[in-house]
Amino acid sequence: MPMRKMSEFTSLAAPLPENNIDTDVIFPARFLLILAKEGVGQYAFHERRKGAGSDFVLDRLPYDKAEILVTGSNFGTGSSREQAVWTLADLGIRCVIARSFGEIFFSNCYKNGVLPIVLGEDAMLAVEAAANAAEQITVDLPNECLRLANGTQIAFTIEPYRKQALMAGLDEVGMILTQDLAAIEAYESRRKLNTPWVTAGSEQLELHSGND
Amino acid sequence: MAGRTLYGKIWDAHIVRSYDGGDDLIYIDRHLVQEVSSPQAFAALDEYGRIVRRPEAHLSVADHAVPTKDRSQALKTGLAARQVERLVDNCRRYEIPYIPTDDPRHGIVHVIGPELGFTQPGTTLVCGDSHTCTHGAFGCIAFGIGASECACVLATQTLRQRKQKTMRVSLDGALPEGVTVKDVIIALIAKIGTGGGVGYAIEYVGSAVEALSMQARMTLCNMTIEAGSRVGLVGVDEKTIAFLKGRPLSPKGADWDAAVAAWANLASDEDAQFDHCVSLDVSQLAPQVSWGTTPEQSVAVTGHIPDPMQESDPDRRFGLQKSLDYMALTAGTAIRDITIDKVFIGSCTNGRIEDLRSAASILEGRTVAPGVSAIVVPGSAATRIAAEAEGLDTIFRSAGFEWREAGCSMCVGMNDDRLAEGERCASTSNRNFEGRQGIGGRTHLMSPQMAAAAAITGRLTDVRELLSCQ
Repeated sequence: MPMRKMSEFTSLAAPLPENNIDTDVIFPARFLLILAKEGVGQYAFHERRKGAGSDFVLDRLPYDKAEILVTGSNFGTGSSREQAVWTLADLGIRCVIARSFGEIFFSNCYKNGVLPIVLGEDAMLAVEAAANAAEQITVDLPNECLRLANGTQIAFTIEPYRKQALMAGLDEVGMILTQDLAAIEAYESRRKLNTPWVTAGSEQLELHSGND
Repeated sequence: MAGRTLYGKIWDAHIVRSYDGGDDLIYIDRHLVQEVSSPQAFAALDEYGRIVRRPEAHLSVADHAVPTKDRSQALKTGLAARQVERLVDNCRRYEIPYIPTDDPRHGIVHVIGPELGFTQPGTTLVCGDSHTCTHGAFGCIAFGIGASECACVLATQTLRQRKQKTMRVSLDGALPEGVTVKDVIIALIAKIGTGGGVGYAIEYVGSAVEALSMQARMTLCNMTIEAGSRVGLVGVDEKTIAFLKGRPLSPKGADWDAAVAAWANLASDEDAQFDHCVSLDVSQLAPQVSWGTTPEQSVAVTGHIPDPMQESDPDRRFGLQKSLDYMALTAGTAIRDITIDKVFIGSCTNGRIEDLRSAASILEGRTVAPGVSAIVVPGSAATRIAAEAEGLDTIFRSAGFEWREAGCSMCVGMNDDRLAEGERCASTSNRNFEGRQGIGGRTHLMSPQMAAAAAITGRLTDVRELLSCQ
């Protein structure tokens, strides 16, 4: 499915003021048995929400419509499960603002149209205040800044390629296959000469594909 | 010219091309495929009509959700069965070698990769699982990726990545009796924090690392992700080569000689520059236990539960209190006064034969405390078979443990092996996150010896007390 393109949008930001929110809290492992990536938003923060009448921030007015999540340090630490991003995206979250991120989560965000923003302490305090006051925040990706309701403008940084990927909804695999195939083939030829023992692989186990 | 790091050498040898802005397209030699993180990756191939570029670069096995008892019965219905069926179907359609659950080569991806020689020095290896850093013990760049990146590797055999900064962790000194590599890595995470390694590839060096077996090095590298780093690695030495010699997928004949010659260069140069350096004297360590809900919340078993009121930083105080509330613990409690309900020995961290031997050495002639239920889940079928040949299964069973089939089991709580709400577990796994071992379950991470000691006494126990009266 093509990724949703991002440029500038304005939304409330849901405050989740906690450090080290891990991938098991964001998306408990037992739901990883689900084979699809669509519709997984209902399992986000499952143990914190506990069904109807949940007072979890993303279920509470007015934050139930928030497209921005503001949280502490090391958000998304732990597992590589991309469901941790799919579940947020499925809930409508398009931007997560934190003091730092778990690395695999951070990289998974860009593959799914979610913008992770790292801010310093002063900027975080201003954004947290805006989130707590339920004020609108504008995420301006083209100009790499946030704009708060009180006029404060906060710059963030993003690698140009990742910015382009979010803005254009790039198909990275397709780009590699069209632009870099000759380089990949050349690398494989060199590898066969330099480290021939790596070329052979799992076929030597004489397993049959797909028999259980 | 300044010397090069091990990480830098392997990285540079895998650059297919460099892009403006600093990213590299790196070649991926090996990819382990499991049932939980692959369905959406194969679906992405289907959607775009893409093919798998090199089927022999991938090896597939179901480990996360497979039952560890009555496997043939339990896998016929339910979500886990459907997920395994999907993996089998995807592997058949894309001609990827698949290890069936009843095959003697079956097991946790991070245990069987090295056992089969699929893991090799100097390579790049990925898997849709964060504990892929385990394989770095063999002097390769191994890291966990998301499902979208799995699809990219299947289709292109490459990933667009940014080279990490490098951190050298020097571990020196001799491990005291009763202290294992698990205690070392837990103590390191407590020291640098769960975010301490973010942005870095960590290389472990020093006399303590040289003294470790390959299995212990795997435990060390395995928990690198718990310090926030995707990559942990150790240089190649004669132990690496001895471990790999004769493995099913290890190079043979002249290729073996050429490979061994090339692998000799796989260590950081003496004058290599690292972006950050940390050191730890392991001779001063006591056995470690986690008490909270992140691995950095760990202390020596001789210690006490910390008091949030003593923490001046309000965010940290809130975090400490929140962990204590979840864990149902009170500030000031002695670790050794904490009673447990369950014991889990296994996982990609501590499910290898040396781990089972180590636990069995404590359990021999003893029994599990009344009211405690304990399971041991070997990391692979080969580990299970080897343990049975040594009679370890008899020691575990006589002590009151259940002896199970291989799988991830209670480390990730995706099959029936879970904690009930409020249950407390002495676990050899890698994560003590909220709900990790079951909704409302409480996890204390520790070494296999320490878990065995806790099983015997029914409370968190300093294993050294049991060693001295053996």
